[in-house]
Amino acid sequence: MKYKIDKNGYYGEFGGAFVPEMLYKNVQELLQAYKKIVKTAAFKKEYLQLLKDYVGRPSPLFLAKRLSALYKTNIYLKREDLNHTGAHKINNTIGQILLAKKMNKTRIIAETGAGQHGVATATVCALMGLECIVYMGSKDMERQKPNVGRMELLNAKVVPVNSGSNTLKDATNEAIRDWIAHPDDTHYIIGSVVGPHPYPEMVTHFQKIIGEEISQQLKKINGIPYPTAIIACVGGGSNAAGAFFHFLNNKKVKLIAVEAAGKGLSTNETAATTLKGQTGVLHGCKTLLMQNKDGQVTEPYSISAGLDYPGIGPLHAYLYNNKRAQFLYASDKQALKAAYQLMKLEGIIPALESAHALAALEQIKFKPSDIVVINLSGRGDKDLETYLKQQAQ
Amino acid sequence: MNRLETLFQTNNKQLLNIYFTAGYPNLEDTLPIILELDKAGADLIEIGIPFSDPMADGPTIQQSNQHALDNGMSLNKLFTQLKDVRKFTQIPLVCMSYLNPILKFGIENFCKKAKAVGIDGIILPDMPLPEYENNYETIFKKYGISVCLLVSPDTEEKRIAKIDKLTTGFIYLVTGKAVTGSNLHHNTTQVNTLKRIEKLSLKSTVLAGFGISDAAGYTLVCKYVNGAIIGSEFIRLLSKHPKNRKQQIEKFIKNIKA
Ligand SMILES: Cc1ncc(COP(=O)(O)O)c(C=O)c1O
Repeated sequence: MKYKIDKNGYYGEFGGAFVPEMLYKNVQELLQAYKKIVKTAAFKKEYLQLLKDYVGRPSPLFLAKRLSALYKTNIYLKREDLNHTGAHKINNTIGQILLAKKMNKTRIIAETGAGQHGVATATVCALMGLECIVYMGSKDMERQKPNVGRMELLNAKVVPVNSGSNTLKDATNEAIRDWIAHPDDTHYIIGSVVGPHPYPEMVTHFQKIIGEEISQQLKKINGIPYPTAIIACVGGGSNAAGAFFHFLNNKKVKLIAVEAAGKGLSTNETAATTLKGQTGVLHGCKTLLMQNKDGQVTEPYSISAGLDYPGIGPLHAYLYNNKRAQFLYASDKQALKAAYQLMKLEGIIPALESAHALAALEQIKFKPSDIVVINLSGRGDKDLETYLKQQAQ
Repeated sequence: MNRLETLFQTNNKQLLNIYFTAGYPNLEDTLPIILELDKAGADLIEIGIPFSDPMADGPTIQQSNQHALDNGMSLNKLFTQLKDVRKFTQIPLVCMSYLNPILKFGIENFCKKAKAVGIDGIILPDMPLPEYENNYETIFKKYGISVCLLVSPDTEEKRIAKIDKLTTGFIYLVTGKAVTGSNLHHNTTQVNTLKRIEKLSLKSTVLAGFGISDAAGYTLVCKYVNGAIIGSEFIRLLSKHPKNRKQQIEKFIKNIKA
């Protein structure tokens, strides 16, 4: 299989494990545990049972009729927003917390941008009775307040990060530093398909259920187990990886990834990594990275805290370079417009991140016979303040 | 043989390696600080090339990195600042950075320029061993840039042996489970790590860093390995912008080496 990670943890030229020696043993331990435990029948059973009873999977595949009529095609929404905690992030944290338990870790750390991954981590820590510390940029704490409260109610400690741009990248640095200082008892639950090998592969593994369900659900609906196209937003790329993975080798399925263009592609206030980035190394992996001519990582910008990251996962860098996925870019404005439209037409308030995927409908013309699946990665409760403020303007 | 190798052949005990960030506190402080450290009695100097995301560094060095970047520091700037450094001093100079700025500059381009100005070695904490062996080793060797690799309290014996073999500079022994600038209070992990390394009688020179800030730490470390690396504490001194910096640096080094 062409899109499988190689034995050194690379997708083509992207990936690897660029960690300081202080983390070598941890990352190695995790790799061994992942390989040994995750594929066992007992682990699978426990993981799938929790996804069913606790998360509420399978998430519905909903035919959005009024949206379909507007764009003259068949649009299905994969309702990850209906998962417990309101986003796809919990698929991954359930998997990783079970692994952490098996590894006898007692302390869990995580980074978070939009707060969805932080909430999903705090949730599974409460479920399993493990200590939870979440690093969050102070700017993100401000713009995603409801999620900070949620994490605290769930007994997690939220640590504000005041360095760099005070967002996701900086929270990730701080989580890595914590792991360096607590290598023995701590597992680091990374929230996207980024970081050193095996994280990109492991997080993809825990998210790939999204695509597997899409396939089963489509088969039931119309007999064909794959769509014409799948559209997903990309911050680090975990919901996209989860939606795409099952279909990577099926060339009939068009894969469309949407990055945040922020205030526009011609500005520097953007998070469009594939357009603005070059190959670089950050947070333990080699990937496409927004950086200046001196190799300093630049501060990304997006209205959406979950897409405000200067890189993308190595799998996506690979899919971009060999053109298996098409990359599109949605600005703050386009995403907001798509969000309000979904609220009006379908009665669903999407997360700002997911709204970027919806915005792709304005950029691609689909045929009336096409089957288009949009991964609705999360719900918009956390974004109410932004939606209300922007609507007033 | 570069200056680092010469130093290790002639004097291999109680070495004091001082880290500072290039372009900090002021952009043009790089060269003067090197000369002042040399005068004051440091045995070698670690020049930090600032990076936006220094993941193994604590708040003190993070801030000096950011400050230096805000001052306009870059690799090109560093090579300009150091163009004549070898007219004034023969103290061994080792660059410390993260991989990304060097990759962006080009490994070979970096080595060429580094050699031209008289830099002797490099430390890149996030460079994995396989990457080094497969892609970079021959380039660093070609230009005579010594590569200093890290060993941590969790590094297993077999791996230490491999690192000892691959290191062409010194082994950077991280003595605690911590980022730079943490106060380790000479805890048991630190002492056990030092004892364990001493017992292995490695071929490479071993300098211990992370959490070493004063004479007591330096003395402790020197009992077991070839010397100590002090970073954050020196950055703290510089951050106070002392008017009589030259004297302050002399006092700092003298206190440690006393
Ligand atoms: C709802 C939602 N969608 C998407 C993302 C982006 O992450 P990823 O690209 O890993 O799916 C986030 C991140 O916080 C999110 O909360």
